[in-house]
Amino acid sequence: MQWEVVIGLEIHVQLATKTKIFSASSTAYGAEANTQADVVDLGMPGVLPVFNEEALRMAVKFGLAIDADIHKVSVFDRKNYFYPDSPKGYQTTQLYYPTVGMGHIEIELDDGSTKRINVTRAHLEEDAGKSVHEGFGGSSGIDLNRAGTPLIEIVSEPELRSAKEAAAYFRKMHSIVTYLGICDGDLSQGSMRCDCNVSLRPKGQKEFGTRAEIKNVNSFRNVERAIDAEIERQMDILEDGGKIVQETRLYDADKNETRSMRSKEAENDYRYFPCPDLLPVVIDDAYIETVRQTLPELPDAKRQRYISEHGLSAVDAGVLSANRELAAYFETVAESINDYKLAANWVQGDVSAALNRLELSIEQLTVSAEQLGYILKLIKDSTLNNGGAKEVFNALLDGKGDGSVDCIDGLIDQLGLKQVSDTGAIETIVDEVLANNAKLVESYLATPEDKRAKAIGPFIGQVRKAAKGVNPQVVMEVLQKKLSEL
Amino acid sequence: MSKITIAEISNNLATGKCSSVEITQELLQRIKQQDEKINSFITVTEEQALAQAKAADELRSKGQANALTGVPIAHKDNYCTDGTLTTCGSKMLSNFVAPYNATVVDKFNQAGAVSLGKLNMDEFAMGSSSESSFYGAVSNPWDTERVAGGSSGGSAAAVAASFIAGATASDTGGSIRQPAAFCGLTGIKPTYGRVSRWGIVAYASSLDQAGVITHTAEDAALMLNVMSGFDEKDSTSMQLEVPDFSASLNNNIEGLTIGIPKEYFSQHLSAEMQQAVAEAIKEYEKLGAKIKEISLPHSQLAIPSYYLISAAECSANMSRMDGVRFGYRCEDPVDLHDLYVRSRSEGLGDEVKRRIMIGAYALSAGFYDAYYKKAQQARRLIKNDFVSAFNEVDIIAGPVTPTTAFKQNEKTQDPVAMALGDVFTVALNLAGLPGMSINCGQINNLPVGLQLIGNYFDEARLLNVAHQFQQATDWHLKSPAGL
Repeated sequence: MQWEVVIGLEIHVQLATKTKIFSASSTAYGAEANTQADVVDLGMPGVLPVFNEEALRMAVKFGLAIDADIHKVSVFDRKNYFYPDSPKGYQTTQLYYPTVGMGHIEIELDDGSTKRINVTRAHLEEDAGKSVHEGFGGSSGIDLNRAGTPLIEIVSEPELRSAKEAAAYFRKMHSIVTYLGICDGDLSQGSMRCDCNVSLRPKGQKEFGTRAEIKNVNSFRNVERAIDAEIERQMDILEDGGKIVQETRLYDADKNETRSMRSKEAENDYRYFPCPDLLPVVIDDAYIETVRQTLPELPDAKRQRYISEHGLSAVDAGVLSANRELAAYFETVAESINDYKLAANWVQGDVSAALNRLELSIEQLTVSAEQLGYILKLIKDSTLNNGGAKEVFNALLDGKGDGSVDCIDGLIDQLGLKQVSDTGAIETIVDEVLANNAKLVESYLATPEDKRAKAIGPFIGQVRKAAKGVNPQVVMEVLQKKLSEL
Repeated sequence: MSKITIAEISNNLATGKCSSVEITQELLQRIKQQDEKINSFITVTEEQALAQAKAADELRSKGQANALTGVPIAHKDNYCTDGTLTTCGSKMLSNFVAPYNATVVDKFNQAGAVSLGKLNMDEFAMGSSSESSFYGAVSNPWDTERVAGGSSGGSAAAVAASFIAGATASDTGGSIRQPAAFCGLTGIKPTYGRVSRWGIVAYASSLDQAGVITHTAEDAALMLNVMSGFDEKDSTSMQLEVPDFSASLNNNIEGLTIGIPKEYFSQHLSAEMQQAVAEAIKEYEKLGAKIKEISLPHSQLAIPSYYLISAAECSANMSRMDGVRFGYRCEDPVDLHDLYVRSRSEGLGDEVKRRIMIGAYALSAGFYDAYYKKAQQARRLIKNDFVSAFNEVDIIAGPVTPTTAFKQNEKTQDPVAMALGDVFTVALNLAGLPGMSINCGQINNLPVGLQLIGNYFDEARLLNVAHQFQQATDWHLKSPAGL
């Protein structure tokens, strides 16, 4: 049978607020256990939550970025369940009236086309703490530093049709929230976590099949792998005439398989009801407009602009716009030389290669955008040739210079890379090369007229060996002239 | 020592008739001798009280005293107090020492009031008789075989026994007004949002409100002046200016319209109670008030709505009492589930468990619409009744309770009968309105309460109306015999 894959994602995004969603504790990652949990985060008797409006601003900003309905009234609910990392015995979330309603994003598919994925909603809620099961002699420890960190949970419509699409969607969301500056995007620290709802149905069938939910997948690669593994599992069962059980599953990356965590029957009845300690959150158009003013240019718009205004290829534009910092670097370079294509070639080429080789992010690169812009400017005004530019770039990568733009001129002098374009000087070098390479001259002269263009190559090599920074164009002209005079 | 009021003590302190240390010592002595039969205190903080009294006397000698400086009070044991036990009358919190003060406690400390300790109550404020406390039942000073009312029974009994001049209390469905009525005192539950709930252990968050129990409206005004106001730590507290409640006590109430809801004079109310309340209303007529019969047509929905909404909120509020981070933990739990189940089973009492179960049931999938949602709809109707009524009248008056204080153990085996005793008080909490109880008579030597209900944030008028009654009558001056 032909099966159609149906996937919906729920992405938890930790908001980059300084303090927690309902308390004044810091949200910084990595502190000693329980040092960033105050009496509110600890769920002590008698304490009360106070909503951090910064979290609201970020949620609204996200909603605007995905062109969503922003709800003027949103309400916090209590989701009741017992677990030690949930100190109050309930999670404060938004079930009935989320801040962000229906919106949508575009994902890019492998064939270069785009697909619109609708977002059902995004609601504000608090993160839980962490249970620590090792190092307590059979008991468990609880670290509540993370408890109360603001989250938005972004729920997609079940419109993703492959693991690849799901990964592209996750990447796009990552790109959007980091562009907006509402999340640090650090997947390794759990800043974005993904629950994947996966089901299969016979192609052409309208009703959804029974789904399984894979909890807490936290890398782009694992989203794709986990879903593919789950699709395979479900297909095997269905092909054998079996039935899928609705359940929550965990992905084991080492074994590349999902395994059952709990079945639907074992799931809690969360007994949601409006949290009486918090007032409904009410906003007006003026507030929404104020937030709208803070929206940066988003990846899709950037990508479009790179293509239509600056003539970049769809692939280059896609890669250069996907990451906010990379795009900012690229644009600084491109603007400084007013040449997006040259800047794109370098950022996509030498810069990306260096980042990959050294495993750096663009912010960690020792060559600043201003420096690269200056190097490219020197190519354009013929002070440097391409090879010289690469050498300067590599020297900066190695930590040469003081990080300033001004140090580059000195570096070029030091390395003797300054391009010689003076015809007189080049004529002297060419004369020397011709005099010292009689055999080459002989064979050149023996070459038929129509093949001489190719035969000129070895002379260029010899000239550049004799003097590094020569302008290749001038060398070519002088060589052609001198050779024709022979 | 006979009946002591805050105003008198404040006056005595101001004129140098006595010092705060002297009064505090005397009262501590009195508690030692007599609280055994009343059981109004869970914790007496003798050392701290004396230190506070000494500090208060110093402030006074420097001319920095206000009305509450040096005045002995005590806090209901659901008000968190930094460094001393806050038990909520429960085994669950029998070892709980909060590292913070309730905002109200902070405010009284700053005003220089002297706290003698923590007052007994129904477990987690769930009850109407102060019999469900882990620390034993509170006895009514008017008749120690009878209940003091609840849940703020310790607050009422301690004031009635003149152990303290005034007490903080909390009211979710009548827990200030009913014990005040049973003990012949003045109790006020302010408008929801008038006083910060920060640091007061929650029972039902949308209904809980802090207030006081005192001998007189004048005293209640002095205490409310200290404790009212917006608190940035409580999102449900109201950002609204607080008037000087003492300033309007003597306003003339001539021409004021008092509404009498006919639904409050139903079969629930005994003939004697009707009589006593009617007398009080006549007194108001004498004072120049206009009396008008009104209707609160949805009154019969109040009890069921209250017991669903309060139980629902209670079920979630009680979840943090899980034996994990503070409070009682069962011995040798074998696993997490066992730790939860036994800590809660052993740490919580029957009435609390009953409400948790009712609340969890009312919120569960498939029942939410029929119970919780329906109750919220009824709540809206009840509120609208009051809003309409206040278009016609300035104050609403009626009984506080269907009967005077009942015997201990009389209703403990019949929770429904206990619940029906709240029939006249719970509607206010559902509506969020301010209400008072003042002593307006006696039946068989037991006090009868008159309930006064005010419009939103109109506590000043409420206190004024109560004070005028107390200027004209002497019910509030009566003391229980033998104490």
